[in-house]
This record gives sequence, C-alpha cells and structure tokens, in this order.
Amino acid sequence: MQMTDLPDRKGHFGPYGGIFVAETLMYALDELRDNYERLRQDPAFVAEFEYELKHYVGRPSPVYFAKRLTEQCGGAQIWLKREDLNHTGAHKINNTMGQALVARHMGKKRIIAETGAGQHGVASATVAARFGMECVVYMGSEDIHRQAQNVYRMKLLGASVVPVESGSKTLKDALNEAMRDWVTNVEGTFYIIGTVAGPHPYPMMVRDFNSVVGRELLTQMPEAIGRHPDAILACVGGGSNAMGAFYPFIPHKDVRLIGVEAGGLGLQSGKHAATLCAGRPGVLHGNRTYLMQDENGQIMETHSISAGLDYPGVGPEHAWLKDTGRAEYVAVTDDEALEAFHAMCRVEGIIPALESSHAVAQAMKMARTMPKDKVLLVNLSGRGDKDMNTVARYSGLTL
Amino acid sequence: MPRDVPALSRIPGVFDKLKAAGRKALIPFITAGDPDKASTVPIMHALVTAGADIIELGVPFSDPMADGPTIQRSSERALKHGTSLKDCLAFVREFRARDEVTPVVLMGYANPIEAMGYDAFAAAAALAGVDGVLVVDYPPEESVELTGKLRAAGIDSIFLLSPTSLDQRMEEVAHLASGYVYYVSLKGVTGAAHLDLTEVARKIPLIRSHVKLPIGVGFGIRDGATARAVASISDAVVIGSRLVQEIEASPPGQAAANVGALVAEIRRAMDAQA
Ligand SMILES: Cc1ncc(COP(=O)(O)O)c(C=O)c1O
Repeated sequence: MQMTDLPDRKGHFGPYGGIFVAETLMYALDELRDNYERLRQDPAFVAEFEYELKHYVGRPSPVYFAKRLTEQCGGAQIWLKREDLNHTGAHKINNTMGQALVARHMGKKRIIAETGAGQHGVASATVAARFGMECVVYMGSEDIHRQAQNVYRMKLLGASVVPVESGSKTLKDALNEAMRDWVTNVEGTFYIIGTVAGPHPYPMMVRDFNSVVGRELLTQMPEAIGRHPDAILACVGGGSNAMGAFYPFIPHKDVRLIGVEAGGLGLQSGKHAATLCAGRPGVLHGNRTYLMQDENGQIMETHSISAGLDYPGVGPEHAWLKDTGRAEYVAVTDDEALEAFHAMCRVEGIIPALESSHAVAQAMKMARTMPKDKVLLVNLSGRGDKDMNTVARYSGLTL
Repeated sequence: MPRDVPALSRIPGVFDKLKAAGRKALIPFITAGDPDKASTVPIMHALVTAGADIIELGVPFSDPMADGPTIQRSSERALKHGTSLKDCLAFVREFRARDEVTPVVLMGYANPIEAMGYDAFAAAAALAGVDGVLVVDYPPEESVELTGKLRAAGIDSIFLLSPTSLDQRMEEVAHLASGYVYYVSLKGVTGAAHLDLTEVARKIPLIRSHVKLPIGVGFGIRDGATARAVASISDAVVIGSRLVQEIEASPPGQAAANVGALVAEIRRAMDAQA
C-alpha cells in the first residue's frame, strides 16, 4: 500500500490511528465514516467545498518570498504560505468549513467543538453562523482565562462557550468533554474536531480538508521558482496545518517535510509539548499515537507559549511519517519562537501566530546554514492578533 | 494466598451458582485509590459482606473520556495520591489474602495497560488474582491481541454494548467476550440520570440472540427499585456512580461502612424480587 493511500479501512497508519472509543460512540463514527466516504467521492460535494473555500475563506492563499527575512538570515530563501490571510486568520477554517458541509449533508443541526487557543472554536463558530447551526464550544477554564478575546469572538458569532473544569482544565480536557457531549447527544450533533487527531475518520478527514494547502503549493511553487521547495516546514500541535501541507508532497521524495513541535522551556526541562520528539506511543482520544505520558501511562500536562501547540498527543499520521522517516520532527523553544515572531513583525510587516512562529524559527535556523539557491517553504498557519496579550506579557507589559 | 499459576476466571462459576439459586448478580464499581490507597481493600471487603457478587475495580486515568463528573472526580482524587495500575494490581493481591472467591474485574482505559505492555499486564493481573478486564476504549476490533493474552492467562475480557450497537457489533463482541457482557443502558457517560427500562427490556433479547454470556446492565442505576427492575430483565446489575458519590460524601474512615450499607440495601431490594 502506498503511504498516500493510508489510512486503511479501520483508520490505521501503520500501527497508529484506529478507533479507540467506548462502544457508545462506535455507531456515530461508523455513520460519519460512511457519509464522509461517500461525500469525498461526490463531485457536487467537492465543488461545494471549493466554492466556499474560494468565496468565503478567500483561497487560494498566496505564497510570498520573505526577502528581507531571507537577507537577514543570509542563506537559503524563506518562502511563506500565507494561511494567515484566510478568513478568521488561520488554516483552521479549511477544516471547519469541510466538516460543517458534511454536517449539513448528514442533517445535523448542532455543532460541538473543543478549543485550546480559541482559533478552532472561532472557526467552528464562524461556519456554524454561516450555515445557521447551533454551536457549543468546550474550552478549558484555564484557557478561557488566557484567551478572553477569542471567547468574546465566539460569543459574538453566536456560539456558547462551556468552561471545562476537569483535569488540567486545558485543551485535552475540552476534548474529553466534547466527546462526552457527543456520546450523550449523538443523534442530532456533529462533533467538529480541530486537528488530525481523534478516532477514525477524523485524522483522515481533517487532513483531506487541509490538504488544499499542499495542493495549492504543488502548482504555486513551480510557478514562482520553477520547482518544488527543498523543504516544507510547519508547526505541529495536533498537526493539521502540517498534515495539510505535507500530504500532497509525500510522494515527492526530494522535498523534505519538517514538523516543528513546541519545545517550551527546552526538552530537558520537561516543560514542553514536543510529543514526537520526546513522547512514547500510547492510546488517547480515540487513536494510537505518540503521547506525553508518565511511566504509569497517565497523560502529562504540557507547556508551550502558544496555546495551539499545547497538546499532549499528535495526529497518528505524523507518528507514522516519523517512524517511516518520511518526515522529520524537531522542537523549537518558547524563546526561539518569540524571537522569530519579533523578526517577522519588524522585517516583514507580518504578525504571525505564535504557533506559526515556531516553524519560522526553525526555517531561520536552517536558512543560516544553507546556500542561497535552496528554498525553504514555511506554512504560516495563522496570524498573531490573538497573541497580543501573551507576547506583551512575555515582554513584561500588560495591555 | 495469591496463586502462582494462572487459574481460570472465577466469573463463570459465580453466574452458574446464582442461576441455580434463581438470583441475579450485583456488581458494584469503585475507583481504586479513592479516597485514598488505604481505603480500597477495606471497601472491597465491605462490598462483599454487603452482598456483592463481583467487584469492578476502576483503574484511575487522567482522561476518563467515557465518565461523568462523579467518576472523573474520583479518578482525580485517586491520581492525586498517585494510584497507578501497579497499585491496583497490588490491591487485588491484598484483597485475595482474605477473599479467594469473589471475582474482581479491572475496569479502565487503554493507556495505562499500553504503558505496562500486554504481556507484563496479563502476567501481573493473573498473579494478582484478577478475573476479568474491561477496557472502555478498546473496542473488539482493537483488542484481539490483548484478549488472546488475557485468555491464555485465565482472564476474561468484558465488553460493552450500547443502545446504538448494531447486530454486527454484537457478533464481534460475541467472538471475543467471555465472563459477561456489560450493556450500557443509556446514551451518555457514567452517572447520567435517565435509564429507559423499556428500551433495556427491548434490547436484552436482541443481545441474547447474539451473545450467549450473562448480560449485566449498568449506567444510570441509582437505587434499590431500579436495581430490582433491571435485575428482573438481565443477569447482573452494575452500580458505579451512586457508590462513588457515597464514598465522596463520606467523612474520613467512614467510606467502607457507608458504601457497604448502601449496597446491602440494594441487595435486599434485588432479592425481594427473586
Ligand atoms: C495558527 C495556528 N497554527 C497551528 C495550530 C496548531 O494546530 P495544528 O497542529 O493542528 O495545525 C493552531 C491551533 O490552534 C493555530 O491556531
């Protein structure tokens, strides 16, 4: 089987992925899988999705040569895929639009979602408003505290935001709570998972919807420079923006695929979210994948300056790309990401999301050591307006 | 004395005896290590004294996706004291020092078992005197390997069935399950309030047409009256959240006595029917 043909019928990417949920959810997942398998082959559905991406999301997003950043680094060229220019300011809307359309076709009128930083919550609330659906977003009470502005955005868009008080009160607990809601209200409710994690068919479906990023790159880069880039870099939380950029390039073996994880205070400190770099395989949130866990198999709390990368798991397809060696995974610390964030602001006039700043930081590091005819393409997954408070706080300011 | 060689699960024998006596099994669930490690084994003995036939011992997990707030909180309390899967096995071993007959089923989530490894877990569980294992997030299609190893160690694999399980899924469960199957009587998480008895009564014959094992019913059973009603249409009654609530509400040192009293009351209600 070709790597691009994965997952198998049961959702496996090698030993990873699968369906690890309580029996109560099996029916809902079967129903979703059957509907999605049908819709993804249906030209009318594909056309509908493409229409929304073009007219509502604003695709295609451009590629942009970061000339001054390149000059500052003094080596390989740094190019950016501008997912920050999408409606709502991140790649997340590619997926929520796709899933909302699936929900409509399935006749589901209620959308639920989990969110950490609030970006996926905002993107879910946006499409729910667009299609007149009820939207409930689960968010850890810690995160609600940290991301007050996105909470307000979701409310403006008509969503209700439910604080989650269990466990570590962050993204993983919000996901648990959304699953519990889904089990309870399985008939009329569609659960929009925000990344390439969760039980099958989510990792596949979210990847497919985000793959528009990589498909655009397949034509955009040859148009711009006459060839594919030497490497594609993307930050990895759950891994949806990275998977979207990587997937169409898996067969293009001459293009390095580099996932950049949140190194937090450094891998030695233990305070990070670099799951693929430092975790071990296990089972969480419906799939088998690398996890940040203690020796007893309890899931650990993670740390990152960027809430969107602060997750103790990672999409199962990334686990497989790592084990097979087709993609490489590295970690970038909070400080390095912040430095890249500021460089982007001052040298390029682009305020990047802190998540995306991790990928930029890795590109800057690599560019310095590579000749000028090499090309690094960074998937700039989102804009940084949401991160003003965090960045100000790290600079010792309060807004 | 803990056994050195794996013996067969005690579960089938218990159901055989009950059947001969025209009685139904009462299966209480508690979370191991809640409220503290020292309480678990005394609570287990109190449950047996009060009339429990099988004990489901919950292995705490940091992310109990299928549990409602009551059992979530119990897991958090247990994890605060660092209760691990190894501790749970040690509790069973300690329990076996005084009770060689009451089956114990470990119930929990996949990752602690993944972390220990299937072979090590199966061997340690058999040595400790565990009779059955129920892993909430291992559906049949993902548990063929573990089920095989547990069976070789003389341990039953218990599976869940739900109101949304179709015939084909019941067949899959029938292939792998042993001991009993556990019908989750409502859509939702543990501790939810509503139990639809008519729906349960409709579903059980359907399950019986596929699965030849005893059928336990749980989720949403909170008192003697409901337990009696459920017992009249199934083989076993599983009560979890209500007991965990009792433990949560008990003053220090009182949990075993209080939970024992509650289980005794439920037992009386169930037997009044028989
Ligand atoms: C801008 C941005 N990039 C990346 C991520 C991380 O998600 P993923 O790894 O699924 O792309 C997030 C999550 O909130 C985000 O907002």
